Amino acid sequence: MAEIVLDNITKRFPDGALAVNKISLDIADGEFVILVGPSGCGKSTTLNMIAGLEDITEGELRIGGKVVNNKTPKDRDIAMVFQSYALYPHMTVRENMGFALKLAKTPQNVINEKVEEAARILDLTQHLDRRPANLSGGQRQRVAMGRAIVRDPSAFLMDEPLSNLDAKLRVQMRTEVSRIQRRLGTTMVYVTHDQTEAMTLGDRVAVMRNGLLQQVASPQELYERPANLFVAGFIGSPAMNFLGGTVEENAIRTGIGDIPLTGRLQQVLSRSGSGRDVIVGVRPENFEDASSVPADVRPHGITFQASIDVLESLGSEKYIYFTQETGSVDAAELTELARDSGRADTGSGEATVVARLDPETRISEGDNAELWVDGRALHVFDPATGQNLTLGDSGSPASSAGPGGGAAPAQADAGAAGQDTGSAAPPPR
Amino acid sequence: MAAVTTTSRQKLGWGATNLVVIALALIPVLWLASLSFKTPTAILDPSFVPAQWTWGNYTQILSTTQFIRPLINSIGIGLIATLIAVVLASMAAYAVARLRFPGKGVLIGMALLIAMFPAISLVTPMFSIERAIGLFNTWPGLIIPYVAFGLPLGIYTLSAFFREIPWELEKAAKVDGATPFQAFVKVIAPLAAPGMVTTAILVFLFCWNEFLFAISFTSTLASRTAPASLAYFSGSSQFTVPTGPIAAAAVVITIPIVIFVLFFQRRIVAGLTAGAVKG
Ligand SMILES: Nc1ncnc2c1ncn2[C@@H]1O[C@H](COP(=O)(O)OP(=O)(O)OP(=O)(O)O)[C@@H](O)[C@H]1O
Ligand SMILES: [Mg+2]
Repeated sequence: MAEIVLDNITKRFPDGALAVNKISLDIADGEFVILVGPSGCGKSTTLNMIAGLEDITEGELRIGGKVVNNKTPKDRDIAMVFQSYALYPHMTVRENMGFALKLAKTPQNVINEKVEEAARILDLTQHLDRRPANLSGGQRQRVAMGRAIVRDPSAFLMDEPLSNLDAKLRVQMRTEVSRIQRRLGTTMVYVTHDQTEAMTLGDRVAVMRNGLLQQVASPQELYERPANLFVAGFIGSPAMNFLGGTVEENAIRTGIGDIPLTGRLQQVLSRSGSGRDVIVGVRPENFEDASSVPADVRPHGITFQASIDVLESLGSEKYIYFTQETGSVDAAELTELARDSGRADTGSGEATVVARLDPETRISEGDNAELWVDGRALHVFDPATGQNLTLGDSGSPASSAGPGGGAAPAQADAGAAGQDTGSAAPPPR
Repeated sequence: MAAVTTTSRQKLGWGATNLVVIALALIPVLWLASLSFKTPTAILDPSFVPAQWTWGNYTQILSTTQFIRPLINSIGIGLIATLIAVVLASMAAYAVARLRFPGKGVLIGMALLIAMFPAISLVTPMFSIERAIGLFNTWPGLIIPYVAFGLPLGIYTLSAFFREIPWELEKAAKVDGATPFQAFVKVIAPLAAPGMVTTAILVFLFCWNEFLFAISFTSTLASRTAPASLAYFSGSSQFTVPTGPIAAAAVVITIPIVIFVLFFQRRIVAGLTAGAVKG
């Protein structure tokens, strides 16, 4: 067991591609850290560097306090689970799981003992003498996990270990991974594409984009206090809605009306003067059916009219979709998010807004409904840097309006790449 | 309807063509077999089926060191050359398939060049070299050129097989604590086994069939191989041409090839990598 410290790690491939750019991350002993980000952002490369499968171009990697930059994977005592499982097809499940121990010249009886124990944990006992070709996808996945846990390594690395499973099995294995990690208490770095895995599994989530670390925080913190546009749009499903706006005297003028500025935001925005363009982010759950909002809460937000295009009822909640004049929401982050999620509707001046309403609402499809949006829960972003202005300027600590205090570390754009702001210390455990 | 008739007519056409090709290829072989069973006096008899069957030709060649010794040489030289060529080729092919290194293109080009080079143009210089360094008329004198010509063949076949093996298996082995050599020997090589068998067969057949070097670089029974020995057969008397024994020897040389191909055909086709990655 060991802590893993990435100190300004950079990876430049021989062809010049900069896959990972000065990442700093402290992973505490026994911590479960998730790496998320769009395809090609450098997650696998980061993991491979920790495992020793890729050279580190710059920076220092320490495992358990020792610099391991030049150590081979063999000497790092780390186990890795691959997306494709990478089981040895010519070996039985037993041999697959015992391979690492055999290489380490562990006595055969100890190997058997450990393999059998791991098989018991993973419910593989009756499959021990089969070949991987004769196993189902879920069983193969468990063998891959088994191969990692028999070694009792100082850390687990997992690269999208569940992405090849069907939805149901994935949910099942997700609980399994969580259970195993808790049981063994081993440090774990887990790469995923999946929102749910990211939000439910880890102690902390590290969001990456273009090789840069965007924010590292607990899932709740990421959701409530995203450091920038990218994190805000990436975390959460359905995603946050973005509207263009202009700062006025005491309000932000947007397509859905003038949103009054409250104390903290007013301070931040007034400094830059009026006329400034911003992007306003609204989570789907911050919309309400105006008729169900109590009179004393109403003044905290604004009401507006929207014609409902689609209504989806999921029983416990209803999602409504309406087209909204969004103004200009041009930001590199948003373009990239749209590309990653297959959407292509940002920046065009109009966008589909998603709202999650209480199931009690009587709004129906095609209505011209009156909606209310909670002004206190909005996020305001700077379109140029992508920074979340709601959290306060860097330098001046944010007021205590949000949960917790202190600005979340963020590396907004390539422009800020030189700063060592991506670093984040692990929370006490 | 029209389509169906076309298809069956096509089938018929293909069938007929195949028959002609097979007949063209097989008739000389059968003729050779028939000759090997004829008595010396019936050699000029034009009938296909021998009037009088005899094992005489076979007993004659198999009881003389003139043929037995070259047969042993052929087997020994072929096996050793194959072993060396497959081991070297698998290492080279692995590098070609997996690594990026300067000069890779040149290496592949050179291998191709060797494979394409007309052997006849090399015989004279190689003869002089072998004489000079004392390799002439020895086993190594044939093994070395056979390995050299077997290597390009092996590198090509094997690198295709190595490319098929998922790279992640090797990464997994490294993370499991294997040195690069252990990863190769314990994970990659077993998976490339079908490829190695294929390569071994191809190289062995090349060595077994080779005639030009065999006849040029040998002078006695010490290293003469079976194909070369056929040229030195003598008849039962000065005035008889040893057609029967030559035919019998040719049949004996052909049998291992037929067995090889029949025996290993399935192995060559079988893939071992099923189930390595997601199914
Ligand atoms: N061997 C290589 N040579 C050059 N560039 C590479 C190499 N491997 C990866 N890259 C580049 O590095 C970047 C990061 O790749 P990486 O595999 O880490 O992405 P990822 O975040 O794991 O993506 P995904 O979610 O699709 O797996 C990509 O832009 C990729 O094209
Ligand atoms: Mg990846």
